[in-house]
Amino acid sequence: MRYKTNPIDRTYFPDEPAPDFNVIGSVVQRSDALGHVTGRSSFFEDLSPPGLLHLKAHRSTRHHARLATVDTSEALAVPGVVRVLTHADIPNNVFTPLKLIGVQPDDEPVLAEGKVRYLGEPICAVVAETEAAAQEGAARVRVGYEELPAVFDVEEALAEGAPIVNEYHGHNYFTYEGHHCRRIRFGDVEAAFAAADHVFEWRYQSAPIEHAPTETTGCVVVPQPDGRLRIHSDTQACFFTLDNTALILGTPFNRLRIVGGTVGGGFGGKVDVAVEPVACVAAMLTGQPVKYVYSRYEEMQVSSPRAAERIYIKDAVTADGRIIGRKITLYVDAGAYSRHSPYGTTKAAAHLPGPYSIPNVWADCHCVFTNRTPSSAMRGFGVTIGDFALESQMDRIARALGMDPLRLRLRNAYRDGDLKAHRKVAEGTALVEVIQKAAEMVGHELPEEYRRMSSMDGGGR
Amino acid sequence: MARLRGRGYASVNYPTGMNLGGDPSQALIHATTTGTFVVSLSSVDLGQGLKTVVAQCAAETLGLPMENILVDTADTDTGPHCMGTFASRGTHRVGNAVIMAAAEAREVMLAVAAEELEVDAGDLETDGTGYIQVKGAQERRIHITDLALAAHFTHGRTISGRGMFLKEKNDPVPETGEMDPDSCQAHACTVAVVEVDDETGVVEVLEMHNAYEIGRALNPAMVAQQVEGGAWMGMSHALFEATEPYYPARDHGPRDFTEYLMPGAADIPAYHNAILERPAGNGPFGAKGIGEMTANAPIPAIANAIFDACGVRLDTMPFTPERVLRGLDELRGYHD
Repeated sequence: MRYKTNPIDRTYFPDEPAPDFNVIGSVVQRSDALGHVTGRSSFFEDLSPPGLLHLKAHRSTRHHARLATVDTSEALAVPGVVRVLTHADIPNNVFTPLKLIGVQPDDEPVLAEGKVRYLGEPICAVVAETEAAAQEGAARVRVGYEELPAVFDVEEALAEGAPIVNEYHGHNYFTYEGHHCRRIRFGDVEAAFAAADHVFEWRYQSAPIEHAPTETTGCVVVPQPDGRLRIHSDTQACFFTLDNTALILGTPFNRLRIVGGTVGGGFGGKVDVAVEPVACVAAMLTGQPVKYVYSRYEEMQVSSPRAAERIYIKDAVTADGRIIGRKITLYVDAGAYSRHSPYGTTKAAAHLPGPYSIPNVWADCHCVFTNRTPSSAMRGFGVTIGDFALESQMDRIARALGMDPLRLRLRNAYRDGDLKAHRKVAEGTALVEVIQKAAEMVGHELPEEYRRMSSMDGGGR
Repeated sequence: MARLRGRGYASVNYPTGMNLGGDPSQALIHATTTGTFVVSLSSVDLGQGLKTVVAQCAAETLGLPMENILVDTADTDTGPHCMGTFASRGTHRVGNAVIMAAAEAREVMLAVAAEELEVDAGDLETDGTGYIQVKGAQERRIHITDLALAAHFTHGRTISGRGMFLKEKNDPVPETGEMDPDSCQAHACTVAVVEVDDETGVVEVLEMHNAYEIGRALNPAMVAQQVEGGAWMGMSHALFEATEPYYPARDHGPRDFTEYLMPGAADIPAYHNAILERPAGNGPFGAKGIGEMTANAPIPAIANAIFDACGVRLDTMPFTPERVLRGLDELRGYHD
C-alpha cells in the first residue's frame, strides 16, 4: 500500500532533537478506512429495533411570530400517528447547551413555546409507526401565527428600536460580564492612528455556511428493560449530549446511555444537542424505540450553520510597513439563540489581531441575535472568517504601500516572547518559518535579512 | 475575453484545545490475558482518524506494536469522560490522556516482567515487536502474551493505567480581554494560484502550496489527509458555499446538494505541501493538532489571488462568478 505523505523539512528548526520513535511519525492505516471503502462500516441508522417509531417535526413557516393557535387534531387523525408532542411534554423545555460550562441564560425551547424566532423552528414533534405517516402528520399540524417584525441584519439588530429577537436576553446581544460585547483593550489605538503614516479601514462579510456532513444529524433511542434509555447517536461529544439531554428530561444522568461510534462527518454541527432530547421524550412517553433523523433539507436550512460575520478592521501603519495599531469591530450573527456562538465570539477575540505583533489593539466582538437559523460551532469558528478578513487586510496594506506581501507579514510576524493582545506571552511560534518555507516552495525570492529572520529571536516586543 | 492568472498569499496561526480550557478527557487502559491492551475512551472519531492516532500514542508509550492495541470508545457506560471532538482538541487532549494511561500501564508491565525474569525493572526495555527484554542481554526476554498470562494467573496483577488531561479553566478579564485561551498554536502559510475567466466570472484554483508547522506529524499520511481535506473545504467556502447566498436576505437558500455546490474531483487543484515540526512542550510527542485550521488560509489566499489576477477585491464571501463579474463591471465603469 502506498500513502501520500508530505515532506518534513527539518532545516527550519535545526536545534530540535531528531525524532526517535517506533510508531509515532510512521504511517499507520486509518482504522476505519477499509470499512468505509468497502461499505461495511455501520452507522447509528443501521439499527432498526422492533417497534421502531419515527419522529418528524412541524416547523415554523415564519421568521418571527406569536403562536396564536396550534391544532394537532388533524395530525393525530393520520393513520399510524401515535403521538404529537408540544412544549408541554418537555420537562425542562428551555435550555442552552453551554450551561454545562456556566453560560447563561437558558434561551432556547426544545419545542416552540408561545412564539417562533426563526423560519424552521420546531413547534411540534409527530411520532408515528412509519416515516411517511410522521411526515404526513407533521404536514397536518395547523398553526395560527400573529406575525411579528423580524430583524435579519446584525447592525440593524443592535440599532435603537429594533425588534427584540430573544426575550431571555432582553436585547439583541449576548452579555459578557456586564459588557455588550467581548472586548480586547491593549495599548492605545487612537494614539497609534495619530502617529501613523497611513490609516486603512475596510469591511468584510461572510454568509452562513453549512457543515454538509455526508450523514445527517440524528439518533435512535431504545428504552431498556431496566427503564434506562440507550441513545444511539452521531454526536461529536457523547457526555456533552448526555448531560444536556438529562437536564432537559429532568432525569438522573445515569438513566441515559449514549452509544456513539462511526460518524459520517461532523465539522461542529453535531455538537449541538438537536435531536436527542425530543426523541428521548417520545421514547419515554410511548415506551417504544424512536428514530429522529434530519432530512437533507433540515440539515441545510434548519440545523446550525457557520455564523455569518461582519468585520471592520482599521489599521495604523508606518511608511516602512509596521502595523502599530489595529481596531476591530466584529459582529457574529448568532441567529435566534445562543447555542455555541457566545463561546465562538470569545474565541474570535482571543485570536485578534491575528499572528502579528501589534502594540496597540482594540476589539469589540459582538454576539448578535437575529431572526435567523441559529448558528453554532463549525470547524475553526471564531477564527476562519477572521482569518479571511485579517489576511485580505494584509494583502491590501501591502499593495497600498507597494510592498511585497510576504515581507509585510514577516516584518510584523509574532515571535517567541511577544506579548499578545490578550496579554499571554507567545511561545512555540513559527509564523516566520512557514512564510519562509512557502516562499521557497513557490520561488518567491526574499532578501537575505528576511531569510535570516527567526521566530526565536527579535521577540519580546 | 481572457483567462487571467494570479497568485495570493495568506499566513495564519490556530489555537489548540477548547478556548479558555476546562475541557478534560480521560483514558483507561488495561491488558487482557492475550497481551492486547484495550484503550477505553468515550471520545468520538469523526472520520479524521482519532482512534488511529491514539492507538499510535498507546503503542509508542507501551513499546508494543500497533497490533497489540484496541480502542474501545464512544460509549458513556464503558468509557471515561471526554469533553468531545471539537476545537482541535482530540489529538492533543485524548493523546495526552492515553500517553499518561499507557505510561502507568507500562510501569506495571515492566514490574511484572522484572519478577518473571528475576531482574530489576530498571534493567528492562521493550523491543517494539512485543518482547520485554533485559538491556544488553536480549536472550533474556518474555513476550507480552506470556507476560499478560503470568500477570493474571501467577502474580494476580492487573496491567492497567489511568490517564487524564485537563487544562484548567481560565476566565477572561472583562475590561481588557486578558486571558489564557489556548494550549499551543500551529502555523500555516498558503499560496494559491488561480485563473479567473473574465467572461464568466468563474474562478479556478490551479495550485495550492501549503507550508504547515504542526508540532509533530504523528501519522504523516493523516497529516496529508488533514492538510488536503482542509484545503478542499477552504476552497469550497471561498468559491461556493452559502446557505443564504444573498445574506442578510433569507431567500434563495439551497435545499440539497444539487443546489448547494461544492468542488468536485475535477475542481481540485494541484497540492504541494510541506511540514515543519517545532514540537510543543505540552503536546503528545509534541503534536499541536491541526484538525480545524487547514480550511482557514486557503480562503484569503484565494481572495488575494483573485485580486492579483483581475484587480477585483472581494470582501464578501463566497467569491461567486456573480460577484467577480460585478467587480469587473465596476472596474470597467459599467453600472446596472
